[in-house]
Amino acid sequence: MDYLQTKGRIFDIQRYSIHDGTGIRTICFLKGCVLRCKWCCNPESQEYGIQEMMVQGKVKIIGQDVTVADVMETVEKDRPYYLRSGGGLTLSGGESLCQPEFARDLLHAAKAVGINTAMESMACAKWNVIEEILPYLDHYLMDIKHMDSDKHKRFTGKGNELMLENAGKIAASGQTRLSIRVPVIPTFNDTAAEIREIAQFAERLPGVEEIYLLPYHRLGQDKYEGLGRTYELPDILPPAPEHMQMLKKTVETSTGLRCQIGG
Amino acid sequence: MEKYYTQEISKSDRIPRLVAHLYAKMPEIESARAKLITESYRATEDKPVIMRRALAFEHILDNIPIIIREEELVVGSTTIAPRGCQTYPEFSFKWLEAEFETVATRKADPFYIAEQTKKELREADAYWEGKTTSELATALMTEETKKAIEHNIFTPGNYFYNGVGHVTVQYDKVLAVGYRGIIAQMQEELAKCNPGDADYCTKSQFLKAAIISCEAVIRYANRYADLAEKEAAACSDGIRKQELLQIASNCRRVPEHGAESFYEACQSFWFVQQLLQLESSGHSISPGRFDQYMYPYYKKDLDAGKCTREFAQELIDCIWVKLNDLNKCRDAASAEGFAGYSLFQNLIVGGQDKYGCDVTNDLSFMCITASKHVFLPQPSLSIRVWNKSPHDLLLKAADLTRTGIGLPAYYNDEVIIPSLMSRGLTLEDAREYNIIGCVEPQKAGKTEGWHDAAFYNMCRPLELVFSNGWDKGEKISIETGRVEDMTTFEEFYDAYKKQMDYNISLLVNADNAIDVAHATRCPLPYLSCMVDDCIKRGKTVQEGGAVYNFTGPQGFGIANMADSLYAVKKLVFDEKKVTLADYKRALAMNYGQGFDAVSAGEIVAEILREMESNGISADENQIAGMITAVMNMELPAEDKKKYEDLLAMINEVPKFGNDIEEVDMFARDVAYTYTRPLLNYYNPRGGQFQAGLYPVSANVPLGAQTGATPDGRLAHTPVADGVSPSAGKDVYGPTAAANSVSKLDHGIASNGTLFNQKFHPTALSGEKGLENFVALIRSYFDQKGSHMQFNVVDRETLLDAQAHPEKYAHLVVRVAGYSALFTTLSKSLQDDIIRRTEQGF
Repeated sequence: MDYLQTKGRIFDIQRYSIHDGTGIRTICFLKGCVLRCKWCCNPESQEYGIQEMMVQGKVKIIGQDVTVADVMETVEKDRPYYLRSGGGLTLSGGESLCQPEFARDLLHAAKAVGINTAMESMACAKWNVIEEILPYLDHYLMDIKHMDSDKHKRFTGKGNELMLENAGKIAASGQTRLSIRVPVIPTFNDTAAEIREIAQFAERLPGVEEIYLLPYHRLGQDKYEGLGRTYELPDILPPAPEHMQMLKKTVETSTGLRCQIGG
Repeated sequence: MEKYYTQEISKSDRIPRLVAHLYAKMPEIESARAKLITESYRATEDKPVIMRRALAFEHILDNIPIIIREEELVVGSTTIAPRGCQTYPEFSFKWLEAEFETVATRKADPFYIAEQTKKELREADAYWEGKTTSELATALMTEETKKAIEHNIFTPGNYFYNGVGHVTVQYDKVLAVGYRGIIAQMQEELAKCNPGDADYCTKSQFLKAAIISCEAVIRYANRYADLAEKEAAACSDGIRKQELLQIASNCRRVPEHGAESFYEACQSFWFVQQLLQLESSGHSISPGRFDQYMYPYYKKDLDAGKCTREFAQELIDCIWVKLNDLNKCRDAASAEGFAGYSLFQNLIVGGQDKYGCDVTNDLSFMCITASKHVFLPQPSLSIRVWNKSPHDLLLKAADLTRTGIGLPAYYNDEVIIPSLMSRGLTLEDAREYNIIGCVEPQKAGKTEGWHDAAFYNMCRPLELVFSNGWDKGEKISIETGRVEDMTTFEEFYDAYKKQMDYNISLLVNADNAIDVAHATRCPLPYLSCMVDDCIKRGKTVQEGGAVYNFTGPQGFGIANMADSLYAVKKLVFDEKKVTLADYKRALAMNYGQGFDAVSAGEIVAEILREMESNGISADENQIAGMITAVMNMELPAEDKKKYEDLLAMINEVPKFGNDIEEVDMFARDVAYTYTRPLLNYYNPRGGQFQAGLYPVSANVPLGAQTGATPDGRLAHTPVADGVSPSAGKDVYGPTAAANSVSKLDHGIASNGTLFNQKFHPTALSGEKGLENFVALIRSYFDQKGSHMQFNVVDRETLLDAQAHPEKYAHLVVRVAGYSALFTTLSKSLQDDIIRRTEQGF
C-alpha cells in the first residue's frame, strides 16, 4: 500500500460538494495548473509554489504538502453520505494532472476502499499520464472551453489541440464515464455559435451523453487582490439566466446531448 | 395498485381567502373566558376542586360567544377575533396586568387589548389573588430554588405561568365512539365504585367531573349546529347555504357520536383540538399521528365514492388554517423565548405501526401538501424517518423543506424507539410514538410527559465555578473551591459537575413544586378522560393518572460548554499558556471588549454593596454616573492586549462541530453532566426525570443573562442553539457538523434533541438537490442522530426582510423545533438566524 504514502500539494479539501459529480462529494483541490484562464475563480490554484494570500485582512498560507493517507482520512469521514447519495471523492485544481502520481494514487486509494471517484480536469497532459489514471477513475468531468485554438490561447495561455486529442482518446478508452463541462464566459465563449461548436464536438465523442454549462461567476475576484494580482476581466457580468437558457436550447437542438446549467 | 397516492393535489381557492381573513388584523386579547371561569368559581367554593374545574369548563362552553368565520368548512373558534386569545387567570395573571400598556407594542408577539377588556380582566383577576397555581408553586419551593431561578440558572416559567399542555390525547377514540361512548365507559366505571372503596371520594368525583365536561363539549358542538342552521336560513348564496347545513349536520353528530364520514372526522378532531386549549392554557397540544387515525374515515369515503381526494385535501387544508386560529398571549420574556405566536401543535406523518410495518398512506402525503398550500407555521409538521420509509415520502418532505417554510422536522425512529424503550415503554408503544411540541417523543393517549419542564442554562454553573458559588454579590450555590487553587483539569471539571449536580437538584425541586401545584389547583378532567389509564385509576393526569409519567427539562449551551471546557483544558492545563486566574479576570472583564449596561449595572451593584457594608451610601445620580463610568472605562493597553491575545488563542483551539473526534467525544462527555444526573430524580406522579437538549428559541434571551464564557463568547450574546455547534464555529460544512452532532449520545436525551441546519436554496435545487438533501438526512440518521430541521433561505432575503418586514409578512423560518413568521421575531432573534452558518456553497 505504498500509494498511501505518495506526497502531493493541495490547497483545500471541501466537503459536502453537491455540484461536481454525482451525489454528495468531497473535493480535494490540487495545487498547480497548466493554464492561466483570465476568469479563473481559484487564482490561488494556479502556481504550484506555496503562496501567501490576504483573506479578510489576514495572511493565509495557500498550499500544504500532504500524503494520500492524510487526504483519505478526511475523505473517509463522509463515507455514510457517499453510500446514501452515490457520492465520493472528486479531484479538482488547478489541474490535477500536474501532479500525476499523487492524483493517480489518491484515486487508487479511494477505489481500493470502495469510494466512487471523479476528476475535474482539462486533460492537458501527456496521454501516458492520463492512461495511468483511467483504471481508478469512475467519472471524468472534462472542461472544454473553446474550439478555436487561437482564442483559447489568448484567454488561457495555451492552445487546445492536446486537450481535444486527449478527449477523443479518453472517450475511446471506454474506461470511465466522460462528461463535458463548459464554463460560459461572456466575451470569450458565450455566443450560440461557440457553444454549438463545443457541443457538436462533444457529441462526436463516443459515450458522452451530457454537457454542463457552468455560468461565469465573480466569486473569486477578491482573491486576485489578496494575491497582489490584477483581475483582467473586471467589466464582465455573469450571463443572464435567459441567456443561459438560450444556450441550453442551442445545445439541445443542435445535438442529441442532455444539457444542464450548473454542475 | 400503489400503496399510496403521491401526486400533488390542487389547492382550493377557498384556502388563500381563509388565510387572508385570519391575518387581516393584529391578534386580540378577549375577556370572555376569564369572566366566565371567575363567575363559576365564585359560585362553587364549597365544592371539590375537580368538580369546580368541570363546572367552570361547562359554564365557559355554555356561554362563551361563538362564531363561524367566513367560508369555513370546519368550525369552532375560541375567540371572536381571528387569532385572538383568551386568558387563564387560574394559572397566573399578574404579568399580564403589568404588561397591559405594552403588550400591543412589544416586539415579540404583540396583542391588541381594548380598554374595556382590561377593565373586565382586572375585575376577574381580583378574585384569583392567592389562588393561582403559580402562587402555590412558589410556596412549595425552597429558598435556594427561588434564588437559583432569580439568578437565571434555570427557568421553569413555562408551567409556572401556564397550563402544562404537552400532550397527545386519544383522538382515535373520540372519532370512533364519540363522547357518548366515553361517557358510557365512565358511567360503567362509576357504577363499579362503592362508597366503601378507599378511593371512592376521589375516583367518583373525577368520573362525574369528566362526564360533566364531555356533556358540555357535546352541548358546545350543538350550539355551533344551531348557529349554522340560523346562518343557513339567512343565507342567500345557495352554495354557502348548503355548506352551512352540512356544518350543522356535522356538529349535531360529532363529537357526540362516532364519525361516519371523513368530513365528520375532521370536525370531531377539531373540537377536541380546540377545546383542550380552552380547558387549560397549556401549549403543545399535539395532534400527533393525524395521518393514521384519520385514514380509516378517508379510505372508507374514498372507496365508497363519497369523497374526492380534492375535497379531502380541502378539508385538511381547512384544519391547517384553523390550527393557526388558536393563539396564546405569553409574558414578554416568554414571548421572546417562544417567539412566533407558536402553539407547537405538532403533527407527525409516516413511521411504523406497533408491529413494525411502515404505515405511510395517502394522508401522509396530503398533510405535507396541506402545509405547502396553507404555508403557515402551524401545525408543526414532523415526519418519522426509518430504514423502510418510502423514498417518495422523503422527497415530498424535502420538496416542502425547500420552500423555506422550515417544515417538516425529521425524526429518526431508529434512535427514538430504543430510547423510549429504555424509559420503560413497551416495544409496541414505542413504535407508535409521536412528537410533542418541539422535539419530544412519547406514546399518544398514555403519557403525561411534562416535556417542556424548564430551560436549564448549562453555562451558568461554569460561571459559578469561577465565582465559587457566588453571583452578583450573593452566594447562591455550593462552594467548589477557588479556581486559582486548582491544579488539574480533573479538579476543575469536577467542580463544574458538582455545580451542575447541585443546581439540577434545585431544578427538580422547582418542577416538582409546580407539578404539585397543578395537581392541587388545576386538575383537568376533560383532558384526562382521553388519556389512559385515568378512567380506570379514577384520577387526572395531573395526579398520576397516565400510564407513562415523565418530567423533561431541557438543557442548552452544550456546544458552548464543550468548547469552553475544552479550551480551559488545552490552554490552562495541557499547554499552560494561561492560568485559571488569568481566565477568570478575562471573563470578568468580558475579554476587554467593553461592558454593556447590564454588566455595568452588575459591577456597580457589587461596588455599592461593598460601600454599604462600610457605611457609605450613594444617590441615584451618583449610581448612574458610576454605571456610565464603568461602560466608558478604558482598559490599560497592556491589559487589553492580554485579553485579546487570549481570545486569539481560544480561537485557535478546535471547536465542536468540525468532525474532530477528540473534541466531539469531549462534547459527548460534557452533555452527560446534564443528562445523567437527571435520571436519578422522580416526580410526584411517580415518573422519572429525563433530559432534553434543545432550547426552543430561548438561546437568545437566556444568552442575554449569561456572562462571558471560556469559549470566547462575549457576555450576553446568544448561546448555541440545541445540540447544534456554536453559530459560525462549524466551518467544514453540513456533513462535518452533522457528524459532530451525531457523536453526542442522543439516546440518553430521551426528551429529545434538536439539530438545526440552514441551507441556501441552491443546495436543494433541482431533482438532484432533493436527492442529495434526502441522502444527507439519511446519513445523519444512519449515524444515530435523532432530529434534524432546516432553514432554507438566503442571507440577503433575511436582511431584506429585517429591513422591510412589510414585504415579508409570510416569511416562515424554522426557529428551533417550530416555524415562526420571521417578521414577528425580535431583532436579536432575527440576527441570530442570520448569523447561523450558511450551508449553501
